[in-house]
Amino acid sequence: MLLIHCPYCDETLPEPEFTYAGEAHVARPADPMALSDEEWRDFLFVRSNPRGTHYERWRHINGCGRFFNAIRDTVTDKFAMTYRAGEPRPNLDALKEAAE
Amino acid sequence: MTQYSAFALLKNALSGHKNWREQWPDAQPKAEYDVIIVGAGGHGLGAAYYLAKEHGITNVAVIDKGWLGGGNTGRNTTIIRSNYLYDESARLYDHALDLWEDLSQDLNYNVMYSKRGVMMLAHNVHDVQSFKRHIHSNRLNGVDNRWLSPEDAKVFCPPLNISRDARYPVVGAALQMRAGTARHDAVAWGYARAAAARGVDIIQNCPVIAIRRGPDGAVQGVDTAKGFIRAKKVAVSAAGNTSVVMQSAGLRMPLESYPLQALVSEPIKPVFPCVVMSNTVHAYISQSDKGELVIGSGTDQYVSYSQRGGLPLIEHTVAAICEVFPIFSRMRMLRKWGGIVDVTPDRSPILGKMPVKGLYVNCGWGTGGFKATPGAGHLLAWTVAKDEPHPINAPFTLERFTTGRLIDEAAAAAVAH
Repeated sequence: MLLIHCPYCDETLPEPEFTYAGEAHVARPADPMALSDEEWRDFLFVRSNPRGTHYERWRHINGCGRFFNAIRDTVTDKFAMTYRAGEPRPNLDALKEAAE
Repeated sequence: MTQYSAFALLKNALSGHKNWREQWPDAQPKAEYDVIIVGAGGHGLGAAYYLAKEHGITNVAVIDKGWLGGGNTGRNTTIIRSNYLYDESARLYDHALDLWEDLSQDLNYNVMYSKRGVMMLAHNVHDVQSFKRHIHSNRLNGVDNRWLSPEDAKVFCPPLNISRDARYPVVGAALQMRAGTARHDAVAWGYARAAAARGVDIIQNCPVIAIRRGPDGAVQGVDTAKGFIRAKKVAVSAAGNTSVVMQSAGLRMPLESYPLQALVSEPIKPVFPCVVMSNTVHAYISQSDKGELVIGSGTDQYVSYSQRGGLPLIEHTVAAICEVFPIFSRMRMLRKWGGIVDVTPDRSPILGKMPVKGLYVNCGWGTGGFKATPGAGHLLAWTVAKDEPHPINAPFTLERFTTGRLIDEAAAAAVAH
C-alpha cells in the first residue's frame, strides 16, 4: 500500500485516504475554439505513461479534499515528493543534486 | 516437430518419458527478418503463427525482454467470453471465440479450452437493465447470452448465495454458455511450438531498446540488447510496455498502464462448475483444473509498471467474494500477483496500422486481453501481411481518438473489463 504525503495536511497517510487524478501539468487549452482535432486528441486522450518518473495528481478525498501534485517512480511506486497544485513542475534532477 | 498423440504418449511412457524433445528451440537473432514482432505473449506468438500458416511469411522473429508468456499471458485469470455490447466489439471477441473452438486441434497442443459458461451477476436495477440490453444486443449479433432468474443461477452455480437479505443480493444473471476458460501457459507454448515448427525465431531475454526509423520515416528495424535487427515491418504487441516501445519510434499513445491483480486459493476438490463475474462488487472467480480458486481483482487507480498492486484492492475483492459465496469465507489464499495492463480511454483495443510506414500495433486490451488471444494474433497477422486491416479490426484504429469515433465499451459496462 502506498503511503502518501499530503502537502496541505503535512501528514503521510495510507493510500485509501486518496484518489488518483491522472497525469499532472496537462493544461486545459487557453483557446478551445482554435484547437485542431489532433490537438484535442492530445489534450483528451494522449498521456506520457512513462516507465520511470511520473508527474501526477492526487486528491486527499478522505481528508482535506484538496488536489495536489506528486512525483512518483512508476517502476518502484516510490514517491520522490508531493507539492501543492498550481506550483510549477519541479526539476527532479536539480532537487537530487541539491540534496547531495 | 514431433506430433503429439495418444500413440506418442504411449511410446514415450514405455521409454520412461526420457525421449521427449524440446518444444521449440531458443533462437538467436539473425541480421534481418521480413517481420519482427515485439512481445512474445499469446498475442505476439499467435500473430507469428498465423503469419506463417495463413500468409506464408516464415522469416519472422518474435522478441521478448523476458521469457515467453511471462507477461500478462501468464498473469491473467484465463477467462474467455464475447458478450460485449457494441457491434464492433462483439464481432472482434466472437471471432476469437470461433478460433478458440478448435485451437487445440489446430496447434496439436491441448490448450484445455473449457466451455463451462460465464455467468455475470446482477445485483440491482441498473445491472438488470444493463445486462438485458447486453443480452438483446448480443443475440442480434449472433452471440449467445441469456437471462437467468436467481433460482436458475443457483442451479447453475450451487455455491452462490441468493438469499434476499445478502449484502449483495442476486436479482438475476446473464449467462454465456460458449464462454469459459483455457490454460493460459499452454496457449503461449502451443503457439510458440507451432510457430517455431514453421520457421519462426523466438528470441527471449532480449529487450527492444528502440524502433529505428530511416530518413524517410519508415521503419528500418529494432535496436535490441543483442544488437540491431533489420526488418521493414515491425509489429508491437507489448501490452503494458507499449507506450514505452512506441515512444522510441516517436509516437505518443492514448494509453495508460495500470497494475491488475489476481490471486489463487489453496487447491480444493471440484466445487465451482463455472465462471462467475460480478461487475458491481468487482469480483470474478473460477476454479482451475488443479483445484485452486482463481480470483480476479481490479486495477489499481494509479499508473505503474511495478507488476504488483496494492493490498486494499485484494481486501475489497476477497470481501466481496465472501459475501457472494459464504462457502469460501474460511479458505486460505496462496498467492497474489499483478500484471501491467495498457488501458485506452474507451477500453477498446487498438489493432492496426500506425502513421509510420511499416509499423503495426496490437495494444490497449486493458484488463481483458487473454480472451482475445487467437483473434488478436489472427487479425494482427492479416494486417501485417496485407498492409491493411481485416474488416473485423478495421474500426479499432488509432485514428478513432482523433475523429471521435470511439467504441465506448467503458461507458457500456461502467467498469474496467
